[in-house]
Amino acid sequence: MAKYPTEPLKCWTKAKELRKNFYRNFDQAHEKGGIRWMGSAWALDAVTCGLGRDVYCITGEPYGASCAFNRPLSARFLTAAENYGFSRDLCSYMRNYWGSILTDEYAFGGKFPKADFAFTQHICCSHAKWYQNACELEGGVPLFAIDVGAGPYPPFAAEMYEHRVRYVAEQMLDAIDWMEEITGRKYDDELFLEGCWNDIRSTHTWAKICMLNRAVPAPLDEKSIYSLYVFGTLQKSNGEFADFYEELLEEVEDRVRRGIAAVANEQARVMTDTQPPWGFLGIYRHLETWGAVSIGSLYTFGLEGMWLYDEEEGEFLPRPMPGDKPKTREEACMMLADWHLSKPEYQHFYHPEYKTKMMDAIARHWRVDGIILHYNRGCEGLSTGIAENRLGLLERGHKVMTYEGNMGDEREFDEKAVTNRMDIFLESLGLKRPG
Amino acid sequence: MIERFREWYENRHEYARSYKERTGRKVVGFFCTYSPEEIFYAFDVLPVRILGSHEVQDVTEPHLFGMFCPFCRDVLAQGLKGRYEYLDGISIGQSCLHLRQAYTSWDIHRNPGWSHYLPMPSHVQSKRAVSFLVGEYRLLIERLEELTGRRIDDDDLRRGIDIMNRVRRVMKEIYELRKDDNPPITGEEAMYMTCAQFFTDAREFLPVAEEVKRELTTRKLDRDPGKRIMLVGSENDDVEYIRMIETLGERESVGCTVVIEEHCTTTRYFWDEVELGDRDPLTAIAERYVLRTPCPSKDWPVRTRLDRILRFAKDWRADGAIVLQQKFCDPHEADIPFVRKHLQDNGIPTYFLEFDVTVPAGPFAIRTEAFLETLEAEADLF
Ligand code: SF4
Ligand code: SF4
Repeated sequence: MAKYPTEPLKCWTKAKELRKNFYRNFDQAHEKGGIRWMGSAWALDAVTCGLGRDVYCITGEPYGASCAFNRPLSARFLTAAENYGFSRDLCSYMRNYWGSILTDEYAFGGKFPKADFAFTQHICCSHAKWYQNACELEGGVPLFAIDVGAGPYPPFAAEMYEHRVRYVAEQMLDAIDWMEEITGRKYDDELFLEGCWNDIRSTHTWAKICMLNRAVPAPLDEKSIYSLYVFGTLQKSNGEFADFYEELLEEVEDRVRRGIAAVANEQARVMTDTQPPWGFLGIYRHLETWGAVSIGSLYTFGLEGMWLYDEEEGEFLPRPMPGDKPKTREEACMMLADWHLSKPEYQHFYHPEYKTKMMDAIARHWRVDGIILHYNRGCEGLSTGIAENRLGLLERGHKVMTYEGNMGDEREFDEKAVTNRMDIFLESLGLKRPG
Repeated sequence: MIERFREWYENRHEYARSYKERTGRKVVGFFCTYSPEEIFYAFDVLPVRILGSHEVQDVTEPHLFGMFCPFCRDVLAQGLKGRYEYLDGISIGQSCLHLRQAYTSWDIHRNPGWSHYLPMPSHVQSKRAVSFLVGEYRLLIERLEELTGRRIDDDDLRRGIDIMNRVRRVMKEIYELRKDDNPPITGEEAMYMTCAQFFTDAREFLPVAEEVKRELTTRKLDRDPGKRIMLVGSENDDVEYIRMIETLGERESVGCTVVIEEHCTTTRYFWDEVELGDRDPLTAIAERYVLRTPCPSKDWPVRTRLDRILRFAKDWRADGAIVLQQKFCDPHEADIPFVRKHLQDNGIPTYFLEFDVTVPAGPFAIRTEAFLETLEAEADLF
């Protein structure tokens, strides 16, 4: 019952190649005399660019998701973390990551490559603790974490108070001094400025790509979006990734022009929230059998993509790039701090209402029929306030279903029960049970 | 006199209502010990901490996903049930994600007309934290001006500092007495004291605490202190649990006394004073909150808590430590293997208990007894 033409993404192979190289580069960094660091997907990775072009990272969240994707491997990692004494209800990415260190097994083969330093950020209670413990488990790796919990961004705060931006920017300046000291390398400001601009370019372009999913039919479905948004989580400041997003933007624009759909029989549109249960992405295929396309989520749009919420219009639009590139280290730090403090996925850490407003805007402007919230036991950070989001969305007239699961611990996901629940929900949206 | 603490703890709402009537002052509820009470006192606003009631409750389900800690659920339930209807405002100093949800849900559904979220920094080991926090205190002061219709100056802040420092000091002096071979105050009584301070005006608490301190110098408790126990971990005001383990000796072969704790209801809350000197009072207050014993969510990159915990254990001669954690309390969960290792490596046996404030204390007491027996067995060996 195809309503729309569909075709695979042309840049798919390139995406796979880039991701493979990323993990391989981290593994082989020392062979080339390079440096390895570990940190959060939200780390202000541009700051490490000034150390040289041979500096490679691993970011814990996408790594944890890759582990979770391989269920037997993940089971070994989770058990190792629990045996060490870590509680089973801690962030499941973090437990997969610690388990990987404890078993000395790299999810992509071989021994787990030990980092030379850890550089991360902190807004969820687990961010800095994750690497504090990873550093200890790796035998004493130096750690620097930047606190970005400096308050919400306008319009959720009355204004962007200068002391808040300065707090984050000054920690970056301190991080630079610290990196010089622990690596013994001279910091190159030109490389930093380039990385800073690449960060802004990639996070801005990603938001523009997501905007295109307002089209009916949607050119991208969320399962594919997961494979694409990942570059922002791997390393936002990576020039190759920023270039790739620009290429992808062109391709998606072309799909919209030609009416190419992600799901040929798109009849209803849903959006989700928080990370999916990575070992069970089949639930997205299940949605498609009903003719439902998941157009994305605040999570996939705003985890790394940069947007601004317009209170008056109830609009959610890509944040425009700054007019000029930064010229000095200090300027770049202030610019990056201000840019990242507006990250949509930071705002709910201060109040669920902020997230409800952005979700409501997405639901309306991306023409969503129903909202599926994942009550994700694996991530206390992104689940913060989720029950209030549900109430707020219902109050605004949306249809909402919830299911419980875990992004990275398969023991906490009941696939059958969840798909049954989805069936009832999809039926309530007026869709016909597939024959 | 010591009974007064228990009365205040149990009748916290009656106290606050009559306080408002007596004084005409405003009362603001705070959710975490990272709220700068000194600033509230400078405005003559009474800050009261919101703690749970340890009852099984069913009102938070639609508001809080099940993976968040029972303490924050219990705290939210107090608001949803209207127990703090006398508040003029609510405020939180940013701490863990769990508790801030209790605050924000309260803000959505039971806002008393004034609320303020204070982004207390988490990178307290950064040299940038104090100036950031001073900026935040300035915003808080503007909001308190709106609430009270008055302005304050440095002298008011110095007064607020003095009020808080004096109660902290007297509680520390009372804690010193717990170092005795037979402490004149039980752990249960000490917990009533530290929590009563959350609910009362420090200026009314202080003379009572001073009097208690005098009484304790001659008080002899007619009980065998048994094993000397330290409690370490998440929020805990479970006086019933402490009572049960401290009375084990009356029923079983081995008993104990809680001689020291590291909780945000006890020493993490009050141990550190504001070092004012001749400095700007706002900076001095900010420094105090930045440098105090941190909640584990703020204790990085160096895990500074460990040494203080060990020092407490040694100075108060603990025979063993019970590491307590509210179920789902992520900040503590991330630290616990390291806290236990540090204590054990330094000769302090530990026992781990996962708590749920809304679950009866009985089974926890039985498990504690088993731990005490192992301490007894070790003592027999040598
Ligand atoms: S709990 Fe969620 S937000 Fe926090 S570190 Fe884990 S994945 Fe990130
Ligand atoms: S017990 Fe733990 S999770 Fe709960 S409020 Fe306290 S620090 Fe937060």
